[in-house]
Amino acid sequence: MSEDVKKPSEPLFSKKNKKLVTDPLTDNNPITIQVLGICSALAITVQVEQGVVMSAAVLFVLIFGNVIISLLRNMIPSRIRIIVQLVVVASLVIIVDQLLAAFLPDVSEKLSVFVGLIITNCIIMGRFEAFAMANKPWPSFMDALGNSFGYAWILILVSIIRELFGSGSFYGIPIFGSPLPGEEWGLYTMGYMNNNMMILPPMALIIVGIIIWVQRSRNTALIEEH
Amino acid sequence: MAVNRDSNGYTFGFAVALVVVVGVLLAGIAMWTKPFQEKNQEVKKKMDILKAILTKDDYSKITRKNAKDEFEKYVNLDDAIVLDMNGALKDTAAFDIDIKKQFRDKKLKEENKDYPMFIATIDGKKAYVIPCVGKGLWGPVWGNICLDEDMRTIKGASFDHKTETPGLGAEIKQDFFIKGWIGETVSDENGDFSKFEVVKDKSGSTKPSKVDGITGGTITSKGVEEMVNRCLLPYIAYFKTLKK
Repeated sequence: MSEDVKKPSEPLFSKKNKKLVTDPLTDNNPITIQVLGICSALAITVQVEQGVVMSAAVLFVLIFGNVIISLLRNMIPSRIRIIVQLVVVASLVIIVDQLLAAFLPDVSEKLSVFVGLIITNCIIMGRFEAFAMANKPWPSFMDALGNSFGYAWILILVSIIRELFGSGSFYGIPIFGSPLPGEEWGLYTMGYMNNNMMILPPMALIIVGIIIWVQRSRNTALIEEH
Repeated sequence: MAVNRDSNGYTFGFAVALVVVVGVLLAGIAMWTKPFQEKNQEVKKKMDILKAILTKDDYSKITRKNAKDEFEKYVNLDDAIVLDMNGALKDTAAFDIDIKKQFRDKKLKEENKDYPMFIATIDGKKAYVIPCVGKGLWGPVWGNICLDEDMRTIKGASFDHKTETPGLGAEIKQDFFIKGWIGETVSDENGDFSKFEVVKDKSGSTKPSKVDGITGGTITSKGVEEMVNRCLLPYIAYFKTLKK
């Protein structure tokens, strides 16, 4: 690893490094372009709060994981690299979970459901395998940052749409009123109904599909040729 | 010095080293954090009981810090009792019973399970808190049912879960779901149990013994229904003996 240090280092925020952050936000988005992390995007985008918590958790795990894998990249035997990557993610998540349960029990309760989802999130394994295994820690850090934000904005956008039309609220705050029987108010008194389809996972796929459609019609270079 | 990273020896060595490092790290962290976690769980248990006893406004003042003192204000653990599956009294300390552990333990026979009940006093009135545990879609669900001093009207409840789907099954802990249970009666005038049903057609607020389920969280809602119907039985039997 000492060889890495001796090379003339490029500036920390060089064009190339900045691109690592900005690319995954748009033209190389992990969800809409690479179609990774779809499972968690379907499962937890019913409410905005869940989307935010999940994004924060992925941000944390991806940054630490990417840097750790990048530091170990010259030591990991290639035949068992996937297992090593898996061990790193799983241990990281468990350590964080244990520490939160001991010192921040309220946060831990919110996150408990996500632990399994983070470990199995393909974006994390995808970035380890595709980027951190071949790059130095700093670019890996930038890459993790870009990809988790790329993941986050899609997740949050989808959950805003689903919560608004599925439950009539935003971050738990009622926007269209309340549909509770006996105490309706707002739009619901006029016969408005929540779209229950929005609550079901397939709707997330349809919304992601629409985002992909919009994105590719704006940037036709993204359309694959067959 | 070049090491052949593709050799079997290196691969095995790396794997062994990795397992040892990760194993020691995880075991160490688990041991170090265990006392803190247990303390948090105890506080949480008290908070869950308080949530079932108190009104929404009163419960909003409960924090992890004041939970212990507030709990002692309402609940005297010396009054708590433990029943067996037929509703007969048992001589065991109630608070330390881990009903989740007993529920998980497939080898434990039904007749050896403990059914604790906490007795609270609010505004001079007695309230009976019945803990229950069951299965959701992905993992355990649990809760507390608080009965009024008539021993049959549900005064309050709290539900929680470990791994239910956020936004769907996980909603059982929200007020709108709990509200459906409040005011329902668990037994008729003779003290016989009336079974609950979680319904989808939104008739829960009008019909007795029916509670509105959660859209998209049917299996979890049904899990809560099964849990309540099963866990209440020993207590109903006990209350019946009291009334005689």
